[in-house]
Amino acid sequence: MRVLVCVKRVPAPGARIVLTEDARAVDARHLSFTVSPHEECAVEEAVRIKERQGGSVVVMTLGPAEAEEQLRYAVSVGADTAVLLQTDGSDWDPEATAAAIADRVSALEERDGRFDLILFGNESADAGGYQVGIRVAHALGRPVVSGIKGIEIDDDTAVARREADGGVEIYRVGLPAVISVKEGINLPRYPTLPSRLAAKKAELDVDEPSTLPGGLVMTRLVTPPEVASSTAILGNGPEAAPAVVDLFEELGLL
Amino acid sequence: MFLEHESGVPLETSLQAFGLAAGLGEVRSVTIGPSSVGSTSGHVQIEHPLFTDYAPEATGEALSQLIGSRSTRALLAAGTERGNEVMAHVAAILGLPLAANVTEIRPTDDHWDLTRIRWGGSLLEEATLTAPVMLATVAPHAVPPASVGPVAPVETFVPELTDDLARTRVVERTTVSEGITLTTAPVVVSGGRGVGSPEGFGILEELAGLLSGAVGCSRVVTNNGWRPHSDQVGQTGTRVAPNLYIACGISGAIQHWVGMMASKNVLAINNDPEAPMVTKADYAVIGDLHPILEAVVAEVERRKGA
Repeated sequence: MRVLVCVKRVPAPGARIVLTEDARAVDARHLSFTVSPHEECAVEEAVRIKERQGGSVVVMTLGPAEAEEQLRYAVSVGADTAVLLQTDGSDWDPEATAAAIADRVSALEERDGRFDLILFGNESADAGGYQVGIRVAHALGRPVVSGIKGIEIDDDTAVARREADGGVEIYRVGLPAVISVKEGINLPRYPTLPSRLAAKKAELDVDEPSTLPGGLVMTRLVTPPEVASSTAILGNGPEAAPAVVDLFEELGLL
Repeated sequence: MFLEHESGVPLETSLQAFGLAAGLGEVRSVTIGPSSVGSTSGHVQIEHPLFTDYAPEATGEALSQLIGSRSTRALLAAGTERGNEVMAHVAAILGLPLAANVTEIRPTDDHWDLTRIRWGGSLLEEATLTAPVMLATVAPHAVPPASVGPVAPVETFVPELTDDLARTRVVERTTVSEGITLTTAPVVVSGGRGVGSPEGFGILEELAGLLSGAVGCSRVVTNNGWRPHSDQVGQTGTRVAPNLYIACGISGAIQHWVGMMASKNVLAINNDPEAPMVTKADYAVIGDLHPILEAVVAEVERRKGA
């Protein structure tokens, strides 16, 4: 199995987001960065598939030179090689991102052979466009399933499991295929110290793709207004129980 | 306007998206299979034997053909898992941009100015969308739903779909839990780090049972393996909008907040009066959550028995 996993460098979730003065980006000076959560699970899933089936894992990202950090992280938890599609750090729209990834995938496949499986995160934590994986699949003419929380490889077929409200949906897609996964598909491992050191020495395949702007152009970011709330304190400790149950009655819950 | 529906009844999130679409011009609705309600200005029902179950790629192809067969200025859908997925297929097939999870659209002569959510809703993005056919999904719980009537007139559209499009159709479906789920429960009793252990959730389950509610949790809880990921509320888990959200021992990090901020009422139970969840909640009880929940359960049982 040759598996490709595509990741995105994003500010660590939970960090307080401060905008730059022109409101075109997030001020990165005081932030730590990470692999977007769904994609962290995608990397883990790719490595587990390799461990079960044999083969190799290539990790790819499109982003600034600093995204090298996220590629090396993926290598430290089991990816074999890393590809950086280096940008100047500006925000690439989903069409341009997908086109650059699809181009590079085609070039890599011509050189090293087909990827049986290409994994994405269902959506990036920051931009949340919900489309790059699907666009890449169409560009490559491959089937794609999204929102997946379980993958089993059965010969030349991937059996993918998705949670639907109150149940589970199963898809069977022939390989080669593209799958977008969600957090919860696994619990990602932590890198070990030796694996981190080894990942520092890993060679990166760096390419600078060119792009044309797409039809969706971000003009500025806005912090939503803080919810003006005046919390009604119902009490302290167990003595508050009657007031809580009064609230249940008021809301018609009993 | 692409409506998602269950047995002919449109989903609330689709009606919200319809509410936003209605402000843009004349709206016609489209469904896969028959729907009891929809746009009173016209409804298209897509029919094809391939649609025996959810088939995102085939749905995207069918909608693309529908757009191509008439003068459509825009196609909107709800920003749900399925809505975003199907619209991404349409965008990829037609080579068009797609704006996911918009909260506002301000049309101009040649483009749309729009606002969409980032970071699950903790940040907003203003953007312009320029395309021959505008494609957008509408963020759930951002706009009030449209009122809809019985569909009339109904037109049937039969797309030309090749058999290979069945390659990404659901082949098997199991229902794990009948009845109350996180997204439909009127009450969600949710626990965070403060619950302390998997066993600590027992009292939350008891209260949820008494209120016909569901149990949720924060990301810390699933990362610790105390609850399955399917219980996780938040940006990378499930989005909920119950009548009452009871946050027990949840500090209220932004990625959790965006998963439950559409709740009509929020009650925080926390021993830290300065926790973001407490300061943002409508109601709060300060103190150790376990004795408080035990007292609440006892009081509910007492009143139910009375």
